[in-house]
Amino acid sequence: MKSYDAIVVGAGHNGLTNAAYLAKSGLNVLCVEKNDYIGGATVSRNLYKDWFYSNCSYVCSLLRPEIYRDLELSRHGLQVTPYGGGAVFMENGDFLGSYADHEVHYREYARFSKADADAYERYSADVMRQCKFIREFLLRTPPDPASFKPKDLKELAYLGAKFVEMGEERMYDTIRFWTQSVAEYLDEYFETDVIKAALSGSGIIGTALGIHSPGTAYVLLHHYMGEVDGNIGAWGYARGGTGAVAEALSKSFQSYGGELRTVSGVEQILVKNGKTAGVALSTGEEISAPIVVSAMDVKNTFLKCMDKNDLDETFYNRVKNFKIRGSSGKVNIALDGRPSFPALPKGSPLLDGDMHFIDSMERMERAYDDWKDGTWSKDPYIDMVLPTVTDPTMAPPGKHFMSCFVQYCPAKIEGRDWTEEEKEQFGETVIDQIAQYSPDFKDLILHMEVRTPSTIEDEIGITEGNIFHGELTMDQLLFNRPIPGYAQYRGPVGGLYMCGSSNHPGGGIMAAPGCNAAREILTDLKRPDITPVNFGDD
Amino acid sequence: MTVTEVDLGRYQSPFYPRQAEIDRLNRWHEWKGYSSADGFYDTTLEYFATRNSAGAFDITPMTKYRITGPDALDFLDRLVTRNMRKIKPGRVAYAVWCDDGGHVIDDGTIFHLQEGEYRLCSQERHMAWFKAAAIGMDVTIVDETEEICGLALQGPTSFSILNELGLSGIDQLRPFGLANYDFNGTDIMVSRTGFTGDLGYELWITNDRAIELWDALFEAGKHFGIMAMGTAALEHARIEAGFLAPFEEFLPAHTTVRTGRARSPLELGLEWLVDFSKPCFNGRRALLDEKKNGSTWRLVKLDIEGNKEAHQAFIFPKKNGGKECGFVTSAMWSPVCKQNIALGTVRTPHGNVGDKLWVEIYYQREMHWSRVMAEATVVDKPFWDPPRKRSTPPEPY
Repeated sequence: MKSYDAIVVGAGHNGLTNAAYLAKSGLNVLCVEKNDYIGGATVSRNLYKDWFYSNCSYVCSLLRPEIYRDLELSRHGLQVTPYGGGAVFMENGDFLGSYADHEVHYREYARFSKADADAYERYSADVMRQCKFIREFLLRTPPDPASFKPKDLKELAYLGAKFVEMGEERMYDTIRFWTQSVAEYLDEYFETDVIKAALSGSGIIGTALGIHSPGTAYVLLHHYMGEVDGNIGAWGYARGGTGAVAEALSKSFQSYGGELRTVSGVEQILVKNGKTAGVALSTGEEISAPIVVSAMDVKNTFLKCMDKNDLDETFYNRVKNFKIRGSSGKVNIALDGRPSFPALPKGSPLLDGDMHFIDSMERMERAYDDWKDGTWSKDPYIDMVLPTVTDPTMAPPGKHFMSCFVQYCPAKIEGRDWTEEEKEQFGETVIDQIAQYSPDFKDLILHMEVRTPSTIEDEIGITEGNIFHGELTMDQLLFNRPIPGYAQYRGPVGGLYMCGSSNHPGGGIMAAPGCNAAREILTDLKRPDITPVNFGDD
Repeated sequence: MTVTEVDLGRYQSPFYPRQAEIDRLNRWHEWKGYSSADGFYDTTLEYFATRNSAGAFDITPMTKYRITGPDALDFLDRLVTRNMRKIKPGRVAYAVWCDDGGHVIDDGTIFHLQEGEYRLCSQERHMAWFKAAAIGMDVTIVDETEEICGLALQGPTSFSILNELGLSGIDQLRPFGLANYDFNGTDIMVSRTGFTGDLGYELWITNDRAIELWDALFEAGKHFGIMAMGTAALEHARIEAGFLAPFEEFLPAHTTVRTGRARSPLELGLEWLVDFSKPCFNGRRALLDEKKNGSTWRLVKLDIEGNKEAHQAFIFPKKNGGKECGFVTSAMWSPVCKQNIALGTVRTPHGNVGDKLWVEIYYQREMHWSRVMAEATVVDKPFWDPPRKRSTPPEPY
């Protein structure tokens, strides 16, 4: 039986990051992946002729620049290009633009309300303050508040100090911010419905909650706290599609001597005498290692890949009740040309940005109502982008790849599996909404891939296709993520670790859970900590 | 006698009418008497165009001389430190020329257009120096700055765009090559050169055809992400490429007032441009002495820890205290390299490749200033050096 110092299960971006750091530290590391391609949801797929689809995740902002630099991802081929602005199309023929240029953005908001245009400045500063607070903790292991270990006390004191540093007024604000709904939060700044609708989208993406549900204000923060080259809140595209992130990580991992095996799904994580012993692959092969790191979500790891007898009852039940609900789908489209959007002025930079088609808070909430009723939103929130506007590598010249993130979309229809017909109807819903604002859009469609939470789960493995490996609400954040007492990347069995997005600081292409888990593993092995520290004070 | 007064305003490049149409920023500066744009739409996006698709930069204000005559080669070979006899027709040479003390007067590119005919492009104007250098030689030097305009097309899709433009045979043009191509029935000169360190070309044409070229190029590039690009974007690209800029990494020797402010090619890391096997070129004796006795300064490329840009920073050999050993001349966070990079000048013996130095960085956050000492590693290679820069034929899109 082959043996390694450590086996990382799942070659998604966190698995690869973790594996890269372990290998860089000198360990003999194997990373196993069930699919015949790497990346998990961080992937570019060639599903139609010369088109490459970022068919799961499609934009990049959260990826920690410290890791990007430290693992030399640029040298290994990764290039993230920012894109600016976007538009919300309105039913009355108007639109709300979001512009990269500050003054132009002000003018656009002022077209609807001078007060809102002014309020946006205060809103930006308040959100930035929250970003600054949380960014301190992205590359740190959360403290265990119930522990009296010096390390935990110290970290808890650090957290407290950063909190107190904000000042009294802002401490209150922060507690409210972390628990309130995005709708209430936006009400404190804005009066214009379409402006609130435009900003509220970031509060529900990837989350089975509505804009009026408590906890969604934090989700908004999760979409603002990233950056592209120091521009906090900016988003970009990985050149060549999102898979370029995984490709670069994999090259980095292999440059440190790591070994990668695809088509090697893990059937079970093996435990012997209460300690991790290795993995059994679905091929029947067993590989031994004293350390197994799961990059899978927490439900997959413990409910599917472990013997229940190796786990305690309460732990098992907490995992079972971890919220990781299917709430969004994806429609990926190959286009014969660039669709026109007549509502936007010719030559407008808005044409190069993201596009949305819901213009009121009422419609945002109604979209959630459908999900609660066990079906997809008939008037969904769509985040639509055309990465090929800036990326010449993903489609032939003059042709385009369109990525539509669609919310809400349940894992099951009224409690039962989706039918093929329903899946098609879901795709049609998306097409129809966009076509309302783009008369030539339907005629340009060459190929499309419709993905519901269940198809994502079937292929990638993520439970209910939840993009964050579990919802980002206060009960599942920081020392509560994934479950209290297990927020420091260590599983309940010795030698078992978790490095996926079910762990702090959560989902998105961030690589922080993978990196943080590596630091804890190296600490346990009494090896020097080679993980990067926060660039600080940005 | 009626005298027409010289133009009192800034010149406009022949491409200006098109630039004015697309300009959203209204941010212009002066470049050798011309209006030149900092940027047109968004300087960040323009920068990324050169790394991701293609950026078109107006190089019209470059000083351009046509050098012809039986002694043109002898003239150039004596002028510059590089061996010009190796530069065959159809080739371009990057070169520097020095004063008698071996100090760099300027750098530039010399295009060998055909046997006995050259074009020299530089930042500064040099007619006085060139005329003096040409005494006794049968050579004609004509300033053609105002007759010829140029567009640099730089970035990974630049080759595909020129292909789309119909420049047949452009796939065979090698780095530092030049050739004439048919463009709408007459010739256009294209060189595979640029200031971005990426795949790229420079297109040279007479002023009367500028608009025709601009329109054709942007039409050909519409599916290849072409974007007009201003100086802000170019400046970032050239630092990543590790290229020197006059008045940043060196001062043209003739402009310096204080002793010791000029630099030799050896001090600028340009020893590869100095061919001591040539029996004579200006500054040879002084440079031979310097080679024997050692240089005072050394230009370094720095990879700096953290993400605080090291603008105008002092460089120290040690983290704490001690005297500084140099200063940063150009600095930036490199978006494509994801590195905090800088060019700087340090006193020898500091600055060997692999040396660890310290950079004192001041940065401001919400009015307050902070200071950090960041470790900097001296590196050898350009920060940005994609293989596509060298491949012939380049990869099509």
